[in-house]
Amino acid sequence: MQALPNFLPALPEMFLAASAMALLILGVFQKGPHVAREIAWLGVIVLVAAIALVTGFAGERQVSLYGMFISDGFGVFMSVLVLLGAAFSIVMAIRFNEQEGVARFEYTVLVLLAVTGMLMMIAANDLIALYLGLELQNLALYVIASFQRDRTRSSEAGLKYFVLGALSSGMLLYGASMVYGFAGTTNFDVLARTIDATNGVSIGLVTGIVFVAVGLAFKVSAVPFHMWTPDVYEGAPTPVTAFFSVAPKTAALALFVRVMIYAFGELVDQWQQVIMAISVASMILGALAAINQRNIKRLMAYSSIGHVGYALIGLAAGTPAGVRGILVYMTIYLFMNIGTFTVILCMRRQGRLVEDIGDLAGLARTQPMLAAALGIFMFSLAGIPPLAGFFAKFYIFMAAIDARLFWLAVLGVVTSVVGAYYYVRIVKIMYFDEPAGVFDRGIGRELQAVLLIAAAVVLLFVVFPAPIIGSAEQASATLFPG
Amino acid sequence: MIVQAICFWLFAAITVASGAMVVVARNPVHSVLFLILAFFNAAGLFVLMGAEFLALILVIVYVGAVAVLFLFVVMMLDINFVELREGFLRYLPVGVVIGVVLFVELLLVFGAWVVAPEVAKSIAAPMPQPAEVSNTVALGQLLYTRYVYVFQAAGMILLVAMIGAIVLTLRSREGVRKQSIARQVGRKRSETLEIVKVRPREGV
Repeated sequence: MQALPNFLPALPEMFLAASAMALLILGVFQKGPHVAREIAWLGVIVLVAAIALVTGFAGERQVSLYGMFISDGFGVFMSVLVLLGAAFSIVMAIRFNEQEGVARFEYTVLVLLAVTGMLMMIAANDLIALYLGLELQNLALYVIASFQRDRTRSSEAGLKYFVLGALSSGMLLYGASMVYGFAGTTNFDVLARTIDATNGVSIGLVTGIVFVAVGLAFKVSAVPFHMWTPDVYEGAPTPVTAFFSVAPKTAALALFVRVMIYAFGELVDQWQQVIMAISVASMILGALAAINQRNIKRLMAYSSIGHVGYALIGLAAGTPAGVRGILVYMTIYLFMNIGTFTVILCMRRQGRLVEDIGDLAGLARTQPMLAAALGIFMFSLAGIPPLAGFFAKFYIFMAAIDARLFWLAVLGVVTSVVGAYYYVRIVKIMYFDEPAGVFDRGIGRELQAVLLIAAAVVLLFVVFPAPIIGSAEQASATLFPG
Repeated sequence: MIVQAICFWLFAAITVASGAMVVVARNPVHSVLFLILAFFNAAGLFVLMGAEFLALILVIVYVGAVAVLFLFVVMMLDINFVELREGFLRYLPVGVVIGVVLFVELLLVFGAWVVAPEVAKSIAAPMPQPAEVSNTVALGQLLYTRYVYVFQAAGMILLVAMIGAIVLTLRSREGVRKQSIARQVGRKRSETLEIVKVRPREGV
């Protein structure tokens, strides 16, 4: 008779899963016109409670559930980011779903289940746990990508995401099986020990690691595995796109960092060049391909590809400073992106969504507050001081220089200058072009609140950087024991 | 011993042959029937290996439920598989070339394969001695204790798949006459019956 393992460290995950199921039952049996709205707010409460649980139980680094599950400062930081991103995107979706006639409570339930998967990914200490968390997340994301099932573009986005996601999962699994074949274990601790004890590099192991990295690069949409991103971002409903651009990306990046630095940390010489190549390609493509885009959601897709490239510089550095850079970057990126997508949600004429960049013309004259907010986010995304986006890039580039990756830092600076062109062009269109028409007024309290929070973080980071930088510093230290 | 060997070769040969027939058969119903044959023989192989629980599960779950479900789906969908295979010959040369290249690359990788010397020590869940623990107990310990976390996670994934299928396909149709038992029971006599006194010779 074996005793049951200690489930307590997985409390946030279990709480989220149980709440999602409870909300599902509630939504099915509740009748009334506002079910979707009520369930959405309950979902936000659940997410806030989960943040409290995650931070409340944060403690020493602890491995439990037979080595499958790890809870440490790094995981706590990333989990909080994911939960925040999910809460914002549920709030953003409430009005949108009602206006588009897809106000169904399942949206909230699916987001909660996806978030459960993301927390499991972040806390994975085993290749099996990693894969199952990833699939739980992905399956829920495929469905919400095609949530507007009567729109062809949304269905197409879901299908495309599904097919390419399945392909990348296959690659990841294939790599995992090769790693298992070499080491006889899927556990990260044992993997690290085995690799440490083995002298010389096994070609099979390196092939396996490359396959795993390819699978993960798909999920963070890094070049050359980015093909799905623009189509999915453009086709999916806007709040879903906002969700895609922050939460899954954060979770996948956390996984990427943990697998590479923790499990395969001994082989840094082997994977560093792969990560550098991916990072450089992402930065260049993100900067160049976005220039010609007319659709603002497509532009944000290319922008997010570029930003992943910058974040991966921190991973290529492979140092605590690099990981701290990633954490700071993802935090700031979350608020910039949520803010930008909130403005995109407000782009409506006579109740119909418009997504063309040209439609923003003259926004400064018709709706100065909205234009100012978008201007702040665009300048921040471009990395212009003193906005938060500058500091995000600053910490990443500093880490690269500390790790003596000078040319990577230089390339990063060059591509951000190129990329600044299309961000600043949007500001120019808003402020100096003739008005193209007026957007619908009355964006709703929720969206105003989200916009205000995002803008405040982006603006005030320069004044109060300590909370984010400090906790990122502590969190990144937990990834490097000893 | 000789009986076992004969059984093994018999089961193995039939499994492989019927597996090939599943792919080759022109009629999809025949494919499913061959699949069932393959399942049965695989179950026989499991019994030979001493894994009686897996053998029974294979027959009960796969033959009894999954294959029958397949059969229903295949019969109901009426897919023309010959048409589906039309492009097959056209893409065959490219496919073969890519396959061969990949195969050679993998051979190179596996040729230089070195298994870490630590493996014997680091095996996570070594197989218990059959004399000590019965099949069912060993599987139960793995699924419900050792890997309970991932087992539950797999359950969550299936739940998401179910929700997803319903969200994407369920449409509530207007104007469908459904039976509402509450309304039937709650009907009052005054709503449906009218008692008319008809006098003789006058009509209603």
